[in-house]
Amino acid sequence: MKLIAGIIASILACLLISVAIELPRFGDPHSPANEYVASYYLENAYKDGHVPNVITSVLADYRSFDTMFETCVVFIAGVGIMAILFGTSKKSKHAVQIKSLPSNNSVIIQTATRFIVPMMQLFAFYVVAHGHYSPGGGFQGGVVLAASLILLALAFQLKGGLAFMSKKAMIGYATAGVLLYAGIGVVCMLYKADFLDYSALAYVLPSTDKVMARSHGMLGVEIGVTLTVMSILFGIYTQLASNGHMDEGL
Amino acid sequence: MILAFNSVILLLALVSAITALQIKDNLSAAIIFGTYSFLLCLAWTVMGAVDVAFTEATVGAGVSTIFLVTTIFRTLRRTSD
Repeated sequence: MKLIAGIIASILACLLISVAIELPRFGDPHSPANEYVASYYLENAYKDGHVPNVITSVLADYRSFDTMFETCVVFIAGVGIMAILFGTSKKSKHAVQIKSLPSNNSVIIQTATRFIVPMMQLFAFYVVAHGHYSPGGGFQGGVVLAASLILLALAFQLKGGLAFMSKKAMIGYATAGVLLYAGIGVVCMLYKADFLDYSALAYVLPSTDKVMARSHGMLGVEIGVTLTVMSILFGIYTQLASNGHMDEGL
Repeated sequence: MILAFNSVILLLALVSAITALQIKDNLSAAIIFGTYSFLLCLAWTVMGAVDVAFTEATVGAGVSTIFLVTTIFRTLRRTSD
């Protein structure tokens, strides 16, 4: 069996390498991607949306449709893991029965966590809000927020973490994030623009022109991505750590 | 200078990737996989893709390592193959 798998893998590797030779060279200025689309983004990103960080502009504005379904993929992955693990019985033969869970962590860990968590959350909000100007954005900010919640759950037992975000809140936030993203697109459609064409938000938001409306629209969808990523990642952690029971865990 | 830096990073990434596949202890494999992610994060930074490096550092080296460790905590620590 291992031999067959090895042969298939090496054939696939040969195919991949033979195709990869045909690709344009790294950084080739005359490759199709660099000649047309990339130069348009680099020249017009600041003019169109008042966003110096072109990556945020491409991800959340020009290719917003792609990012919306990436958020949906995160959502579906989280809901799928919850659906699989939630039904497992306590006496499943695959699950290892844990004999002695640590009853309480040391004071040093808990005090340090109390100091670190607010800093992490403040940094996460900075990453989200400043994603237009510096590296970062909704996805990274959401992951840092989820990491701070996981740290709370590690230091104060799983119950201590779940006190900040219950299972209902998790699913609620995740759904709200996807709906916020799609809702911004629908609001744009109501003003006779394309789906997710944020310049139409100039009619909704007070005292903004079409350029600033695109900037604010990007911030709105980034907040949606943050909500979904944060709650789904924390949900996956709690499900994995407690074997789907959400009572006690790592 | 950048060439030397790149070659050290790529060599270490290759070594850690092979080690993570070959090692018997799952917990060690998870930690080495985190190292691999961190080395890739450095490689992205050298290439100037700071956004990708940020994502790799938070997701690859941070949260996914925690997921792997929690999964091992609930399943088996040693592999059979």
